[in-house]
Amino acid sequence: MPDLGLEVLWKGRNFIRLLEGLWTALRISLVSALISILAGILLGVLAGRKRSVFRFILRGWLAVIHIMPQMVLLFLMYFGTSRAFGWNLSGEASAIIVFSLWGTAEMGDLVRGAVGSVPVIQRESAEALGLKPPQVYLMIILPQAVRRLIPQAINLVTRMIKTTSLVTLIGVVEILKVAQQIIEANRRASPNAAFGVYLTVFVMYYLACRPLTLMSKQLEKHWR
Amino acid sequence: MDWAYIGRVLPLYGKAAWLTFRTGTAGILLAAAVGLLGAAALRWRVPVIRRIVSAYVEVSRNTPLLVQLFFIYYGLPKIGIRTDPEFCGIAGLAFLGGGYMTEAFRSGIEAVDSLQEESALSLGLTQSQAFIHVILPQAAAVSAPAVMANVVFLMKETSVFSAVSLMDLMFTAKDQIGLYYRTAESLLLLVGAYLMILLPLSMLGTFLERRLRHAGSGT
Repeated sequence: MPDLGLEVLWKGRNFIRLLEGLWTALRISLVSALISILAGILLGVLAGRKRSVFRFILRGWLAVIHIMPQMVLLFLMYFGTSRAFGWNLSGEASAIIVFSLWGTAEMGDLVRGAVGSVPVIQRESAEALGLKPPQVYLMIILPQAVRRLIPQAINLVTRMIKTTSLVTLIGVVEILKVAQQIIEANRRASPNAAFGVYLTVFVMYYLACRPLTLMSKQLEKHWR
Repeated sequence: MDWAYIGRVLPLYGKAAWLTFRTGTAGILLAAAVGLLGAAALRWRVPVIRRIVSAYVEVSRNTPLLVQLFFIYYGLPKIGIRTDPEFCGIAGLAFLGGGYMTEAFRSGIEAVDSLQEESALSLGLTQSQAFIHVILPQAAAVSAPAVMANVVFLMKETSVFSAVSLMDLMFTAKDQIGLYYRTAESLLLLVGAYLMILLPLSMLGTFLERRLRHAGSGT
């Protein structure tokens, strides 16, 4: 059995520190996801109306966000704003801003699509039955749109969690950075720590994302 | 904006953009090959391999590329598997992309009505002829938008390659900012270079999607 460098995990608080690092990453993605979902619903509903100026805003916003790698957007926010406006944004704040801008556009598009997917006849029938427009929206359209929306929104959160791994490259101390520190500190005692520790990080990310992917798939099947 | 400086460092960015494009393309092609094999294994229900492919798809899609790269580049050498940075980047991209491509091809193949295959077989085509001449062209048309979306996605994912000491666009921009504090110029060059790589790809994707929207036959 080769030395896999796993023993370093049980030294001191190493394993706990990795979990804390994971939590830092998850916290960034969950805060961004929450902002994105709330702002995205608002944007999507507004953009869903015909001849709405928000439709163009959403389309342009999406085009800009989609063409650039997330890493470049993070760079622009982290380095660019301090130069242009003299702000000194922390890495974590830059990440939350970038992920929220990205997530809001994506979520807005999902909401617009989900609302648009409800057949027109549903709205017409509801109106014919005498429901008022807000009632039609709340009681007829939204419940049907939500079934399509929730699995996609969960997928967006999963993607956000995975993308959060990038923040280590703008200096946020999260799980990958903690892993590096642990490996550095134990360079002598366990020269193979890099294998065990990075494998652990890999598994931790998998365990964080897999339940969400599974849930989204099952909900999709359940509601089909 | 210091245009003289931009002119001076332009070759640096050209070299970095070429590296991004080269490693990205190699990784994407490998990913597509992995995806085709994976989708084929799933379709023909190859025992054991089918299970492995399903597990692989889940693992590759539920972990970030950066973590995969760290494991390949810093972890694997400890058990004797050593790679140079460029190979590592390509392998990581192929590992990540293979999972996404398998899904894209699988859904395309599944979308072809089984009646198509039955009809082809009853006309006297062999299994492999039916697959190559009847199923694959229709599946390709269905898969193409998802495949193109994956191509753009994977090309963007190359932006983490600097973490395994590849001197790509991100690395060059960060280096220039650190050395000379040329933030505005560096960011402009960074965005410009990525646009030159990604815009044509993304436009090709939109074009293909429009062309292929009505490609399915028998519907």
